[in-house]
Amino acid sequence: MASTVALPARGLRLVARAPILANPLNLVAIALIVILAACALLAPVLAPYDPLAQDLAVRLKPPSPEHWLGSDSLGRDIASRILYGARISLLVGVVVVASAGVFGTFIGLVAGYAGGLADEALMRLTEVFLAFPALILAMAIAGALGPSLTNAIIAIAAVTWAVYARLVRGQILSLRQREFVEAARAMGASRRRIVLRHLLPNTLAPLMVQASFDMGSSIIAAAGLSFIGFGAQPPTPEWGVMISEGRNFISTQPWLSLFPGVAILLAVGSFNLLGDGLRDAFDPRLSRAD
Amino acid sequence: MRFLGFLTRRIVGIAAVMVGVSIITFAISHVIPADPVAAALGDHATDQQIAAFRAEYHLDRPLPEQYLTYVIGLVHGDLGRSIRTRRPVADDLFDSFPATIELSLSALLVAIVVGIPAGVWSAVFRGRLPDHLVRLLSLIGGSIPVFWLGLIVIGLFYYQLGWLPGGARIDNFVAPPPTRTGLYVVDSLLAGDLVALRSSLLHLVLPALTLGYFSTAVIARMTRSSMLEVLGQDYMRTARAKGLQERLVVLRHGLRNALIPTVTILGLTFGSLLSGAVLTETIFSWPGLGRYATAAAIALDFPAVLGVTLLAAIVYPLANLAVDIAYFWLDPRTQRG
Repeated sequence: MASTVALPARGLRLVARAPILANPLNLVAIALIVILAACALLAPVLAPYDPLAQDLAVRLKPPSPEHWLGSDSLGRDIASRILYGARISLLVGVVVVASAGVFGTFIGLVAGYAGGLADEALMRLTEVFLAFPALILAMAIAGALGPSLTNAIIAIAAVTWAVYARLVRGQILSLRQREFVEAARAMGASRRRIVLRHLLPNTLAPLMVQASFDMGSSIIAAAGLSFIGFGAQPPTPEWGVMISEGRNFISTQPWLSLFPGVAILLAVGSFNLLGDGLRDAFDPRLSRAD
Repeated sequence: MRFLGFLTRRIVGIAAVMVGVSIITFAISHVIPADPVAAALGDHATDQQIAAFRAEYHLDRPLPEQYLTYVIGLVHGDLGRSIRTRRPVADDLFDSFPATIELSLSALLVAIVVGIPAGVWSAVFRGRLPDHLVRLLSLIGGSIPVFWLGLIVIGLFYYQLGWLPGGARIDNFVAPPPTRTGLYVVDSLLAGDLVALRSSLLHLVLPALTLGYFSTAVIARMTRSSMLEVLGQDYMRTARAKGLQERLVVLRHGLRNALIPTVTILGLTFGSLLSGAVLTETIFSWPGLGRYATAAAIALDFPAVLGVTLLAAIVYPLANLAVDIAYFWLDPRTQRG
């Protein structure tokens, strides 16, 4: 669940020393993410069938020892398609979070540190992007660029970066007047050094929390765009595409849509769980309230 | 006076954001690789037809001039003509918006009625079974794809059990109530039409629950954490020490204070409901803004896409403004600041 938090500034040490592994729920989340990553990386080894191979003789078969999660309307193995789908979903999450995170952080740093007119202009721009309902803007962009997974990723990143900009700017504003920054300035540190060595590391903890939530929300957004036809296209083994393909069979062969949805739920749930855990670990104040 | 100043500042801020939104949306829908002319007229259009189409939608003018024409129209309530439906976009939006509002408000109602008690219950039983249950359901609510949940509930409650309708706003054989607000439930009540009321309520159940689950999870989590903070306060101990019943302490002293942060996120929640409505409407064949937007984006119907985006983008800051106004009256501290 996307939410921003203000965390105390203790920099890299805070991240390194946070009791992340002390919480059993974090271990569950990390284990699930490791399994997801392993499925994605080892899909060619783990998948019993080619995810694109059609076999009309076994179309619409329920789960069985031959096809663990059944087969779809073209006789493709659903388990194999889900395993390959993990690659796409993780890729979407990583690319969106990395690109939106880097761009948004840069904008936030510039706005927060420069202040004045630049801050005002950049923050108004950020507000504009925050005002858009994410999916509608993503749909407009994906529709305009043409439906494809790459364009869906561009569209989702375009509606995600603003959160990072606002988050980083807020952190910078609260850090700028702190003693360690004053001290660095008094010692003659350059503006660039202050930003990169003193301010940026202190925004890391809240950025990691936000990134974890955004991994989940971008996986859902990409699946949603693919579901309505603006993202990955058939026959790509993408989870949203698979749910869409199973839509007409929901009354008779529900497993076509059921299992890809469970895969999304588990993937997004594990990132959300990790986001919650990281937030609690970085800010003990919140974990007491939670 | 302070309130007027606050209101003016916010409205100016919203107007500035809307100018930005219109520029960006206009840029997206006009500086694009896809060709709306080909999408509208097909590959076999004559040069004359193409020229007429480009002239009708001002596509033959320079971009800044196109934008200016659009803004002048906007000020006069003219959002242009839809390429797909051939009707004024404003009329299309006027027709489809009430369906989305009815769905989103119902989902918000679900979120408030279920989410707040769930959050309180969870906080009161902290660390015990009800708490674990609410937290698990909240985690699922925040992680479940709304379009998948919609499909599953249709499969279960419509196809398997046959308990509830699986799509549309009202049964085919029931005449919709005469339009006053555009909200079928309200219009049926106003017209005293119980058959239409029953049908429209039944049709609302599955889409509202599907769309509302995410917001329910958000509100339950928010209520839980603010309740936990409030439950540890001194005035709660005092209330208990006075011998008040635990139920009264929790509801009268705890919940009233814990609700303030929850009210704040209602505005944000409404914004996310609009995005969720796009997918929910697609699943449930709900003739609202979301379905209109999807069809428009597929057909590269840029006047319609622009119109929907502008409308959706203004709802979000307006919902937040409404919350801020409520806050201004609820919390005296903001009036001092």
